Amino acid sequence: MIEVQGLTKRYGPTTAVEALSFEVRPGAVTGFLGPNGSGKSTTMRMIMGLDRPDEGKALVAGRRYGELRWPLREVGALLEARTFHPGRSARAHLTALAAGGGIRPARVDEVLAAVGLSGVAGRRAGTYSLGMAQRLGIAAALLGDPGVLLFDEPVNGLDPEGVRWIRELMKSLAAEGRTVLLSSHLISEMALTADHLVVIGQGRLLADTTVRELTTRGRSLEEAFFALTGASADYRGAAHPTYRGATADHQGTAADHHEVASAIDAAPERNDR
Amino acid sequence: MTAVTATAPTGHHGFAHAARMEWIKLRSLRSTAWALLLTVAGMVAIGVVTMANTKVPSADKAAAFDPTNNVLAGVALGQLVVGVLGVLVVTGEYTSGSIRSTLAAIPDRRTLLTAKAAVYGTLTLLVGEAVALVTFFAGRAALADGVPRPGIGDPGVLRAVLMSGAYLGLIGLLGIGIGALTRHTASAIATLVGVTFVLPAVNGGISGPTVAKFFPTMIAGNSLAVAKPVSDMLSPWTGFAVLCLYVAVVLGAGARLLARRDA
Repeated sequence: MIEVQGLTKRYGPTTAVEALSFEVRPGAVTGFLGPNGSGKSTTMRMIMGLDRPDEGKALVAGRRYGELRWPLREVGALLEARTFHPGRSARAHLTALAAGGGIRPARVDEVLAAVGLSGVAGRRAGTYSLGMAQRLGIAAALLGDPGVLLFDEPVNGLDPEGVRWIRELMKSLAAEGRTVLLSSHLISEMALTADHLVVIGQGRLLADTTVRELTTRGRSLEEAFFALTGASADYRGAAHPTYRGATADHQGTAADHHEVASAIDAAPERNDR
Repeated sequence: MTAVTATAPTGHHGFAHAARMEWIKLRSLRSTAWALLLTVAGMVAIGVVTMANTKVPSADKAAAFDPTNNVLAGVALGQLVVGVLGVLVVTGEYTSGSIRSTLAAIPDRRTLLTAKAAVYGTLTLLVGEAVALVTFFAGRAALADGVPRPGIGDPGVLRAVLMSGAYLGLIGLLGIGIGALTRHTASAIATLVGVTFVLPAVNGGISGPTVAKFFPTMIAGNSLAVAKPVSDMLSPWTGFAVLCLYVAVVLGAGARLLARRDA
């Protein structure tokens, strides 16, 4: 269970997150949606105790992150792709985390196998592709067998098989009774994975509902998303001339967006260096 | 994946877990071993070469002749390597992003910094003492015939050797503290080099030892590594105490800032 209560975070004059409240319940995958810059990552960082909220609080299993008795055994998180030292092997990285989290060392090889990195576990992690780095981050999140999991854009850089693997992993984690909060820009992916949805825009809550409820009346999740966030997108590219007629109407753009998203999906390791 | 257990695990994470994690992290980076090897080899080599070139003192300088100070000249190199590695123990986490996983395991920044300081400080103290002793005996053996040989039992000699070894541990801690203050590798190393090499040289050139004697390198060379205390400089124990104070202040300020800032 994650409880976000009146969370507010300001960076100078800009308010990244404003009076945000929602709950993430166990036993379901909760999707966390919002345009770029809507405050998703900031919210997740505050849940993890990395950023200090200006107001409000975020509780995991009833406590602030910093008050957890065994943080890694209660919460697992993948916030960014690269949260390891490039000079350290995946195995050393996880072994160190296991020591810090009070986790039995044998668990390291279990999670390495679970994410498919056993064969490269001794290699310096700096040599990993983005997809492998994501897998290492997921291994770290699963290390303590936690009841609460947070994933920020986990499918970033994964190939189609990896994307499907993540989808099944999220679902099975939730089916085991865990709390799963999953943020992603890929709405098509979210429609396949999430049961519940928290949608934010400009740091404020726009919707806290189920995927089924949002997609009633024959709307696709994408159409519902644009209807919700239409007024709160901070960054929006100019319409391409040939699409100008279509962008006035979200009905028309859905297909175009979908094509672009699929094209990006299909390109493996697109953010690789 | 096993099913979620409803029972909360007993006990509590703490300093011991943080220290074990930091020790694994430190020894799993190749740079640690290479840097310490460079420290040992460099200090022994400098000590031996300096001693081999030490001449018999003229009659008027015989009273102040302190070959122990010569043999420990390599501390100037050792402090740079050990200090930079200390900086990287903290800033390397921010550069790579690994600080996020580290803080996920140990959310309390003070506990984390204390663990880093304890682990790295102990390691550099042990390496420092070992290399100081080895350098002393190797350098002593390299003295030309006729030059008075210092014995480890001579007044002040053991103190000079042990304090020089401890100095490496203190500089290691200073590096960690500076790293925690800036969280950026370049600015932290610049600060370290400025404090240890540039400022004392500039200061010594302008105002003599009055202010310069308070800089770490000056304390190391003129207060710690001396069997015969030098006038105008801090006495060995005063110098040692001043260094400990610096380390405490910088580490304390670093811990405060780490706790206050967003990671």
